[in-house]
Amino acid sequence: MMREVQLAIIGGGPAGLAAAIAARESGVQDIVIIERDRELGGILNQCIHAGFGLHTFGEELTGPEYAARFIAQVRALEIPCLLDTMVLDLSEDRVLTVTSRKEGLQQIKAGAVILAMGCRERPRGALNIPGFRCAGVWSAGTAQRLVNMEGMMPGREVVILGSGDIGLIMARRMTMEGAKVKAVAEVLPYSGGLKRNIVQCLEDFDIPLLLSHTVVDIHGKKRLEGVTLAQVDENRAPIAGTEQYIPCDTLLLSVGLLPENELSSSAGVSLSPITGGPVVGDDLATSIDGVFACGNVLHVHDLVDFVSQEAKQAGESAARYLQQHTQIGQRTELRAVNGVRYTVPQHIDLAHMGEEVTVRMRVGQPYRRAAICVYADGTLLRRLPKLVLAPGEMERVTLRRDQIPAGTKEITFCIEEGETK
Amino acid sequence: MSERILTCIGCPMGCMLTAVLENGTVTSVSGNTCRRGDDYARKECVAPERTVTGTVRVANGSAPVISVRTASPIPKDKVMEAARVMASTAVSAPISAGDTVIANLAGTGVALIATRGCEAR
Repeated sequence: MMREVQLAIIGGGPAGLAAAIAARESGVQDIVIIERDRELGGILNQCIHAGFGLHTFGEELTGPEYAARFIAQVRALEIPCLLDTMVLDLSEDRVLTVTSRKEGLQQIKAGAVILAMGCRERPRGALNIPGFRCAGVWSAGTAQRLVNMEGMMPGREVVILGSGDIGLIMARRMTMEGAKVKAVAEVLPYSGGLKRNIVQCLEDFDIPLLLSHTVVDIHGKKRLEGVTLAQVDENRAPIAGTEQYIPCDTLLLSVGLLPENELSSSAGVSLSPITGGPVVGDDLATSIDGVFACGNVLHVHDLVDFVSQEAKQAGESAARYLQQHTQIGQRTELRAVNGVRYTVPQHIDLAHMGEEVTVRMRVGQPYRRAAICVYADGTLLRRLPKLVLAPGEMERVTLRRDQIPAGTKEITFCIEEGETK
Repeated sequence: MSERILTCIGCPMGCMLTAVLENGTVTSVSGNTCRRGDDYARKECVAPERTVTGTVRVANGSAPVISVRTASPIPKDKVMEAARVMASTAVSAPISAGDTVIANLAGTGVALIATRGCEAR
């Protein structure tokens, strides 16, 4: 017998929680959140550092505290959650095949689905670093879970590859737990992490940040014994003669996050090759009828506050879909060119969209004193001067519907350098 | 008179700030693009503070550790001492988020509080 539910939300992290709350507040009674971990909160549970919630709550919370506020709302609204439950398959007609130790295998037919599965870390296998597969090489997030939730230290002498925020945060965390972090190596000539983290996680503890450097060899057969670092040229190729050997028992990899879209693929959702997440419209609807997406499964965010905002929108859209079914109107494509790597959403529907739409985007390289320019079929719509733009900082542009000329086929987003114009 | 060079953390610009100090007070800040750089340099040069987060062990708990934070920022030069105190601290389950774990952390007068709860095993 197949269970039926109005709205199934896959994932009980920050995106799933905010989407569930918004859907219920928009009138959806029959909701279920499906979470594969034993508790709600997702990755926030292991992010014990402060800095979450400045936009949402006007104060700096730790990850668990931020999650607790949303979990309390979900509980107060009595939204059912299936914990320790894994979604194995999602079909095009929104049938979820789920499994758990308690209930075994079951199928759930959903009126609408919100994808909120988050992302995972790029693994060592994606990097092509030579060397044995010795113990002691971890993704930074795995080490974070071990230290912050399991109470275990992965090692004592550490090198970190990648200067994204997780790598920086772990450099400080390992140091405070008594480890010696010898270096953070970054293949790019700039760090993808927040300035605040460079200062407070590295400079505070005199940890060297080696820009334009990478790991070219991993030494050790059973346990990691050391790594060889080398400087790289502008094509990221190692420069001969710059190699240096650093003895260590632990190598943490903080080399990027990948949206986790295996379920989306199995349902036939079209994915963007740039974000790795679903292609969506202004209502965050994917290419499959009744399936919506939000949070890191859609595109990787740097601030959880923006995940919560996006997820709220997905919850409201799913509610609207369940109440009146969406009519398909004329599609206006959003295109990212000249320095803008992508936009989310990738298209909007001028006839049916709300008063305004928030377009989220990232740039491909750092800029100083540049502008984000928006053109509707070649006519300048908006020009937003920015003192600084960085790939690690998501940008947002809000477009009002009444700004966009009727019948616009394509809206382009680009970066223009220089101060005048 | 002495000079200190620091990176502003106010925004992604990351301005290189030069602060001039005389008798322990900042007399001028340069290199900043906006007011935040000035404010940050004056605070950071004279009395730098950090909010410290970490974990402490739990005896008889459903989890081996719980996460903790300082109730307010503490002087930067007390951070490593605070870390050592946390490493040698154990609490007993049950414990709730918001509970005080240590009333006066490393002589700072600032409390260490739990940021998540833990049930007894």
